[in-house]
Amino acid sequence: MAKTPIAFSLNGMERSMFVDPGQNLLDALRRGVGDLSPKYGCAQGTCGTCSVLVDGKLQLACITLAEAVAGSSVTTTAGLADGSELHPLQRSFMDNFAAQCGYCTPGMLMAAKALLDRNPSPQRQDVVEAISGNLCRCTGYEPIIDAILKAAAFMRTRGRP
Amino acid sequence: MIKVDTYRAVAEAEASMDGQSRYMGGGTLVMRDLNYGSYGFERLVRCTDPRLNSVRRDRGRIVIGAGLTMAECAENRDLAFLAAPAMGVGGPAVRNMATVGGNLFAPPPFGDFATAMLALDARVRTAGGEELGIEALLASRRTFRRIVTEIEFLPPPRGGFRFRKVSRVKPKGVSVLSICALLPQSGGRIRGARIAFNGMGATPLRATGSEAALEGRPLDRNGIAPALDAALQGLSPADDELATSWYRRTVAPVYLRRMLLERSHAY
Ligand SMILES: Cc1cc2nc3c(=O)[nH]c(=O)nc-3n(C[C@H](O)[C@H](O)[C@H](O)COP(=O)(O)OP(=O)(O)OC[C@H]3O[C@@H](n4cnc5c(N)ncnc54)[C@H](O)[C@@H]3O)c2cc1C
Ligand code: FES
Ligand code: FES
Repeated sequence: MAKTPIAFSLNGMERSMFVDPGQNLLDALRRGVGDLSPKYGCAQGTCGTCSVLVDGKLQLACITLAEAVAGSSVTTTAGLADGSELHPLQRSFMDNFAAQCGYCTPGMLMAAKALLDRNPSPQRQDVVEAISGNLCRCTGYEPIIDAILKAAAFMRTRGRP
Repeated sequence: MIKVDTYRAVAEAEASMDGQSRYMGGGTLVMRDLNYGSYGFERLVRCTDPRLNSVRRDRGRIVIGAGLTMAECAENRDLAFLAAPAMGVGGPAVRNMATVGGNLFAPPPFGDFATAMLALDARVRTAGGEELGIEALLASRRTFRRIVTEIEFLPPPRGGFRFRKVSRVKPKGVSVLSICALLPQSGGRIRGARIAFNGMGATPLRATGSEAALEGRPLDRNGIAPALDAALQGLSPADDELATSWYRRTVAPVYLRRMLLERSHAY
């Protein structure tokens, strides 16, 4: 079956590739482009570890048709850091022990980024809602919620996007 | 292998549909099937017509595009009464993708938004201009191969629309059941209630026993008692991995009572 050519922006870089009919975005990113930061968990939209931003909106890459992102701007966890400087969310996750096995971490970071882009001063309940589609089997969620709230506070004082 | 065809015009997309084609809205369910190789179609049909995401008024009725996402619906001030059922669907990422049209076809335990459409007595329009009531659509949805373009309904009277989702996993889990009620009142008495359950049958279903028992009654503890007794008439919940039929039959009248009496669930 014929492949479809698509062009999109990935973490600010223009990308062109061929995708298979019905191929999901997670597979296209991991196997096609080599961006391994969105993780493969359930492939059914349930765990959230494949979360990415498509035109600024949180989406699940495993249930996004790859060819549907043609012309869009996709952001993955690999695009969060500024060179060697970690994004405040990443640093806060490290400082607050918000990752144990780390499998949920990329999805949690993207869900948190989507929240803070929209609401720089979230309440605890906003954070709980924002990560409600992301499963973590290790931390009990509390360190993740704290890390996001602390990153938000830091970003408000430092003004980093 | 699957073939994917994308159309700009929805009429063209519908005209291309055959028995081997499946329309994709937000894809939150279709893509799962594709990922797991368990799909009974050869061709996926998509449409990029922006009119599928519109919200408009037409002679007092609200008309929403079938491609509207749950997130768009929850954020739209004109649709504030639908924020609870829209926010009841999945987490933020699912809501950015899941469409209201797709929810009408989502098998149990899904269909929370469709339950609200049933309570509102919505009508749907297809790309070919056909119009049908929500009950007819739900009854025929397994074999329905047209594309729904619009869903329309009358806005509910203020304070007369309620939704409640019952799930075991907090804060977000799929429904054990969900309930939605349209409760118009006149002189402090219910007139023409519509109550819909999800999770109590193969599709969202009306609790016609409760609706009849509420007619002319006040919305208080005594007034709703006959409606609770009649809540299960015509409903036949299944046993599944989320709950047994017995559990659903036991808790459905309890949650109906809470929803009818608790004003915090009213829009
Ligand atoms: C993690 C997760 C959690 C979920 N939680 C919930 C939940 O809490 N509540 C809930 O109700 N649902 C839930 N869902 C299910 C699903 O996301 C929603 O039901 C959604 O509204 C389906 O819409 P869609 O556009 O994604 O459908 P699609 O996957 O695009 O399509 C689903 C079906 O509908 C048909 N269809 C879609 N649009 C149209 C149209 N315009 N005309 C004709 N046929 C059409 C398709 O052909 C297909 O058969 C969840 C899904 C996931 C992955
Ligand atoms: S891998 Fe996408 S949600 Fe689990
Ligand atoms: S840190 Fe292991 S799943 Fe979250």
